[in-house]
Amino acid sequence: MDNTLINKRANKHNPTIATVLSIVFAGLGQLYNRRFIKGIIFILLEVVILITLIDTLNYGLWGLRTLGTIPGEDHSIRLLVFGVLSLIGTVMLITLYVFNVIDARNQARQIKAGWLPKGFKASIISFYDHSFPYLMTFPGLLLMIFVVVFPLLFSVLLAFTNYSLYNSPPRSLVDWIGIGNFKELVTVPIWQDTFVSVLSWTVVWTIVATTLQIALGLILALMVNDPRIKFKKLIRTILILPWAVPAFVTILIFSAMFNDDFGAINRDIIIPLFGGDGIPWLSDPLYARTAVILIQTWLGFPFIFALFTGVLQSISRDWYEAADVDGGSRFQKFRFITFPHVMFATAPLLIMQYAQNFNNFNIIYLFNEGGPPVRGQNAGGTDILISWVYKLTFDTNNYAMAAAISLIMGLIISCFAFYQFRQTKSFKEEGEL
Amino acid sequence: MNPKKTSIVEVTIMYLFITITSIAIFYPLIWTIGMSFNQGMSLYSSSIIPENFSLDHYRWLFSVNSDYLLWYKNSLIVSVSVTVGSVIMTSLVAYAFSRYQFVGKKNALYIFLLLQMFPVMMAMVALYVFLNMIGMLDTLTGLIFVYLGGQIPFNAWLVKGYIDTIPRELDEAARIDGAGHLRVFWSIVLPLAKPILAVVGLFNFMMPLFDFLLPSIVLSSKENYTLAVGLFNFINDQFANNFTRFAAGSILVAVPVAAVYLYLQRYLISGLTAGGTKG
Repeated sequence: MDNTLINKRANKHNPTIATVLSIVFAGLGQLYNRRFIKGIIFILLEVVILITLIDTLNYGLWGLRTLGTIPGEDHSIRLLVFGVLSLIGTVMLITLYVFNVIDARNQARQIKAGWLPKGFKASIISFYDHSFPYLMTFPGLLLMIFVVVFPLLFSVLLAFTNYSLYNSPPRSLVDWIGIGNFKELVTVPIWQDTFVSVLSWTVVWTIVATTLQIALGLILALMVNDPRIKFKKLIRTILILPWAVPAFVTILIFSAMFNDDFGAINRDIIIPLFGGDGIPWLSDPLYARTAVILIQTWLGFPFIFALFTGVLQSISRDWYEAADVDGGSRFQKFRFITFPHVMFATAPLLIMQYAQNFNNFNIIYLFNEGGPPVRGQNAGGTDILISWVYKLTFDTNNYAMAAAISLIMGLIISCFAFYQFRQTKSFKEEGEL
Repeated sequence: MNPKKTSIVEVTIMYLFITITSIAIFYPLIWTIGMSFNQGMSLYSSSIIPENFSLDHYRWLFSVNSDYLLWYKNSLIVSVSVTVGSVIMTSLVAYAFSRYQFVGKKNALYIFLLLQMFPVMMAMVALYVFLNMIGMLDTLTGLIFVYLGGQIPFNAWLVKGYIDTIPRELDEAARIDGAGHLRVFWSIVLPLAKPILAVVGLFNFMMPLFDFLLPSIVLSSKENYTLAVGLFNFINDQFANNFTRFAAGSILVAVPVAAVYLYLQRYLISGLTAGGTKG
């Protein structure tokens, strides 16, 4: 072929035709672009998908819409699982299809601009180059979709159904009830009372427990960093100990120590020192709440301490010397040099601490299973949202309500996430994301 | 008061504070060790300094009556698989996200940030139903898969943040010498990212070892229990009766874990701050 012929053909090549053809059927656009192998692969893929998957997907989406129609035969929850999976599958297929159209269009444009097809080997190499990042991330992302994204979507949808112990397959069908669960949560007295008290305790718990552990960590880090203190290494090792011992074990130990009747705290400390019958740590809501906050402080401060110690050592001496020259007091040095440095360097991690305590199921459940029970409520005195959700799910099997509360929790968590986004953006300006 | 006296008072207060904190740290730990050497089963008759010192509980754990060794083995299987799997998978994902431009990259990163905040708890019902449907309920394999998928959002960020700090010039030099994508990954990026991968490995080894929530939902038969579920059942049945046994069982796991943590804590902190603050 001589050059003029190629140019002529290139000029006549029309990207719109390629686009339309690839929309009509995947691969046709590629054929028009004379990328025969790619085109045939695409066509075969679409044929295979049409033959094998389309019925399944259709059934899945039907199930998602109706949650079954024949009681006793259609299993609503399986249909829901299947429906969510089909939804994810459909989104993936649409993405692939869009990719096929974009690919055909771009290639047609390149041909029009005079691009010459490379040899077979070169195309394979270029294909490998382009798809490499996708190949690397695929296994991880696929697994993540199944165990993180899919379950979260499922929970979100569940919040809008009436799935509970009394209304569960295979006996009966589950239905979509819109925002019924949320309405019930704020109008029916028992739900309303429980929700308000659990939510307010969750907020108090998150703020108080996390702030206490950060404050204690900061104080100790400042003290141990003081040049007049000796045996720094030994002290640091001791202070980090609670972090090193698995929390699962320590919470259960504390739970035994705080036991009203035979716990060590009452028997060995409170009664000998103050007399009386000891404090009802596990059976009085107020004391139980105090106890979990104290335990969380014990568990959480070492991490903050270690974190701050690292940052404190990295603050340059020059800053303090400059402050000395200006006659700054010790408090001023702390207020204007140490504190901003420490907070700036660790802000995202500290926010994560708040988010973690908001979701700190382990301590609440392992300490006292959320108890003591409170009259007029279906959650215990120390129950935070997440442990309440656990109880609703596994003790009373009120799945739909549990999912609705999870969704509210998710919204609160998104606020934390939003803050992290902004942090990330501020860092992004320094370099490429 | 002159400055010297003030200083002495201050130092004394600081030592006092540190001493009180240390007592609060040691008290429950020593109490547990004391409990595990008590002869009786009940908390009521036990004391921090055992009257009848005995190794009964430790002996019992290794006797034929107990499943303790089996649980230990299960926990190790899960921990080792999750460690190996997570290091491989996370490093691949993080490498792609750090070095390549591709469609959806930025959105995927934001989704990771969002997902790492959601607790597994919220997905429990779905995971239960799903594992049940594919026949992986009550298997260690199912548990491992859930852990592996769940750790990606957090750790991918951590490792990506670290790989970002490795100079790209090194990759480019290797490219010029004819190295392919995998070659660059294997010979340049992986060796330099070792510290952060060690952190990821350690986290993923420790986390399943003492996670209680997920295994208590996924695993139902006693011979599949991991340590945390098994130990919890010691005290869950009749609280006062088996606590000393629980104490002994916990000490045998907590001591090695604590030793490793204390030894490696410096790397853990530096790894977290490197990945966490870079964001």
